[in-house]
Amino acid sequence: MRALDIKLLRDLRRLAPQGTAIALVLACGVATLILSVGTYRSLSETRTAYYERYLFGDVFSSAVRVPQVLAPRIAEIEGVAAVETRIVRPLLIDIDTMREPASGVVISWPEHRQPAVNGLFLRRGRMPEAGAVREALVTEPFAIAHGFAPGSVFSVILEGTRLDLTVVGTVLSPEYVYALGPGDLMPDRRRFGVMWMPESALASLSNLSGAFNSVSLRLLRGANEALVIEELDAILERYGGTGAYGRKDQLSNAFLDGELIQLRGMAQIVPPIFLAVSAFLVNMILSRLVTLEREQIGLLKALGYSRLAVAFHYLKLVLLIAAFGIVIGVVAGTWLGRAMTGLYSQFYSFPFLIFDQSLDIYLIAIAVSIAAAVLGALSAVARAFRLPAAVAMQPPAPPVYRSLAVGIFERLRWFSQLTTMAIRHMLRHWVRTSLTSLGTSLATALLCVALGSLDSVEFMLEAVFFRTERQEASLSFAQARPPAVLQAVERLPGILVAEPYRVLPVRLVNGQHSRRLAITGKPPRTDLSRVLDLNLEPVVLPDTGLALGDRVAEILHLRTGDPVTVELLDGTGRSIESTVAQVIQTYIGLGVYMNMDALARLAGTGPRISGTHLKIDSARLDDLYRAVKTTPALGSISLNAISRQLFRETMQQNMTMMLTVYFTLSVIVAFGVVYNSARIQLSERARELATLRVLGFGRREVFNVLMIELGTVVAVAQPLGWALGYLLGYVVTQVLASDLFRVPFVVELDTFAVSSLVVVGAAAFSAAVVFRRVMTFDLVEVLKTRD
Amino acid sequence: MAEPVFVVRGLTKIYRTGEVEVHALRGIDLDLREGELVVMLGPSGSGKSTLLNILGGLDTPTSGSIRFRDRELAGANESTLTQFRREHVGFVFQFYNLVPSLTARENVALVTEIARNPMPPERALELVGLTGRIDHFPAQLSGGEQQRVAIARAIARRPEILLCDEPTGALDSRTGVLVLEALVSANRELGATCAIITHNASIGAIAERVFLFSDGRIAETRVNTERVAPSAVHW
Repeated sequence: MRALDIKLLRDLRRLAPQGTAIALVLACGVATLILSVGTYRSLSETRTAYYERYLFGDVFSSAVRVPQVLAPRIAEIEGVAAVETRIVRPLLIDIDTMREPASGVVISWPEHRQPAVNGLFLRRGRMPEAGAVREALVTEPFAIAHGFAPGSVFSVILEGTRLDLTVVGTVLSPEYVYALGPGDLMPDRRRFGVMWMPESALASLSNLSGAFNSVSLRLLRGANEALVIEELDAILERYGGTGAYGRKDQLSNAFLDGELIQLRGMAQIVPPIFLAVSAFLVNMILSRLVTLEREQIGLLKALGYSRLAVAFHYLKLVLLIAAFGIVIGVVAGTWLGRAMTGLYSQFYSFPFLIFDQSLDIYLIAIAVSIAAAVLGALSAVARAFRLPAAVAMQPPAPPVYRSLAVGIFERLRWFSQLTTMAIRHMLRHWVRTSLTSLGTSLATALLCVALGSLDSVEFMLEAVFFRTERQEASLSFAQARPPAVLQAVERLPGILVAEPYRVLPVRLVNGQHSRRLAITGKPPRTDLSRVLDLNLEPVVLPDTGLALGDRVAEILHLRTGDPVTVELLDGTGRSIESTVAQVIQTYIGLGVYMNMDALARLAGTGPRISGTHLKIDSARLDDLYRAVKTTPALGSISLNAISRQLFRETMQQNMTMMLTVYFTLSVIVAFGVVYNSARIQLSERARELATLRVLGFGRREVFNVLMIELGTVVAVAQPLGWALGYLLGYVVTQVLASDLFRVPFVVELDTFAVSSLVVVGAAAFSAAVVFRRVMTFDLVEVLKTRD
Repeated sequence: MAEPVFVVRGLTKIYRTGEVEVHALRGIDLDLREGELVVMLGPSGSGKSTLLNILGGLDTPTSGSIRFRDRELAGANESTLTQFRREHVGFVFQFYNLVPSLTARENVALVTEIARNPMPPERALELVGLTGRIDHFPAQLSGGEQQRVAIARAIARRPEILLCDEPTGALDSRTGVLVLEALVSANRELGATCAIITHNASIGAIAERVFLFSDGRIAETRVNTERVAPSAVHW
């Protein structure tokens, strides 16, 4: 081995702790990059391929009853490539092993042909026979949850009729990658199932022969989606069309979008943080090394080594550290990526989902890491390159310091000489001090974002489940019913309170802004499902006017008191002028509320009830479930209490994993930055500190000089980290906000405290490690050497 | 005759690096008297610096005894030695060892802030002839000036012992003389026992006694019947 390489290896051994700290920070960058890009790609490419292959629709709409003869008209809309009309009905599923009824959706499956839109991936079994009346395909997760296989028989209550269906196949659908049941925020494979029955059987059961109530379109490349939606709405309007929407508002797809946005955000924000910090750390230690080895550099050049050879010698050191970091990062990133993809397959049902380990992702991760390390090394390497041999052999010029603020502080005698030393040192190296603070603040910021997202979800959960939707269950009817149905519901066993509601599809228009949505009518004062104002206080719905969700108000550019046109979508073409009585807080969906009586007047059809929210005597739950399973005319039931619990449990699991990852990342950054900064300080000031010891200062006093600087850097980093974390968190919630749900941006005070505690803890640990070195200072050795 | 400040008996120091044992001191016997100025001469590795470090409480002997007044320093723990340095010892080094981020005055104040009965920093600097440059940082001072600041710092706490390791080693002869003058005047005015290590035999002339070191032992002790003023020393 060449002598210079032997020196390199020995340098590396000497710098092992600092080198390892840098390698770990770099590894975090590599790992998070591989994790986020790999997972993003896995999810995004799998989705694209799945959608493509299984003909996932571009535009969707539902209506009450549309004659089949309209299908060709829809196909003629410009830009439409394929039309699939179908029947979609809610149902209740009675599973022997479950106390509570499960909810589901049944969709018609075309006979004698393949569907032109929304195909199915057949995992097991076969497609239903044409004309079969009791055969069904069920979604795979639901089948697995209940141990169904082809041949299994289960009961459903469809349109008030109990049926026994035979599973002929298990399938996956691009429409239900993320399959949410009514009232759920998270897929529950046990309580929600989607199934397909032959069209003719379902049509006769739901009294929709010769008609359809749902349509999906595939568009030609380059088609104008907005125009297609407009024309489709025009066709379906008189048949109770509830407004067509594109993929971005399709429930399952929207959740996937949200996930992809998060992953992309993670790929754009987190790895650069680590790469920048490692570049800074490389810069810090290499600059110090070149300063320390000034004479050696001179000597090497004097001996005849070229400038390039000397510069490359130092660059190699950095490359070796980077290589170490890359290896760790690649292993950790792949492991995390697989774990993350595994987690995804619990929530997202794809025919296959494997972590994308394409070579190019790894090459990119390796290239950017090396680039970061080299960038960090550049100035120091250039210095080693430029340093003339003759100059290098001379002692360096002593560092020049300045008085603080023109000597004012000195005159005030606020600080001891030790403190003055620390402050002047910090100010002299202000760029490095600031960057150290910034680096440390990123650790705090990362934790603030992670813990802040918990706060936000917790807040949303509290607002949605405990302040707004407080009911234990909700029943929705297949069709709106007269008010007398309320007494029938109240007579069901275990019902303590039943609050009616009514849903009316409308289009709200404000000048050029309009939106199809549904007005929910409620009694003015409700206790279970409540409407909350912007301060999250319950609202008493006024006699007239609309209570508009904040998101809707934003979309339609409306404020309290503004007039708004309500167009009914019942085929009559009637429109009514109303006003915005209040803007209210909504986190999920596009909520618009109205006093039920006012809504009845507006609809002109008299009082109707679409469903009820329930408070249940938990002791009689089983009786109620039994009754629900045998009561016709119930569309679906959502069990909010169970949803809440499931949501909490799943969140807890995921959060534990997420927090472990973020804690590790933050601690690595904080430790890496603070430890390296302390070691550099120690190296730069060894003589100075040893002198203090000789002069009679104790170890602690000497250590305090270091601590003042470290303490200041870490202290300044905290508010900076809070601010950065707050900003980052805010951006994340803004980017994630969609019509389907908006997570409020909330950061609790203890999040700041905990984040700082972790970072200060990591800093204290690095300080302790450095303190051990101060304890073992060889005074004589240090003083004998020329600085 | 003045009281001995230090009584050193059978002092040995062995450094072990790996498997190699270096006998830096091989049984030193020595008395240093109050107010005395001595010079320790000898080639590199002869043990003079090791002795100075042990006298100053920077290092501990492997065996033997070293008494400072009535206190045994051999075997003292770290905090006792720190306290000893803080109260009784002033050091001057070859490379000055000033704190670059503190001005001349502040470098001296560094010591006076923790000393029991110090002189004002300005007075210490005046003693070494540096009144005009007390607010300068080390980087703004010449080598000789820096060494004089170091001497001022060493004497400002009115130490009983002043230990100087090659104080003129990095200086030219003219500047070196200024530094020696400062040391002699500090020795005279404060009555501090002053031990100066040097390679430079001619500096021995300013001392009362000169110890010649060789191979970890004191090979010879010379007593100067007539002391020479620093200004008369040339090298």
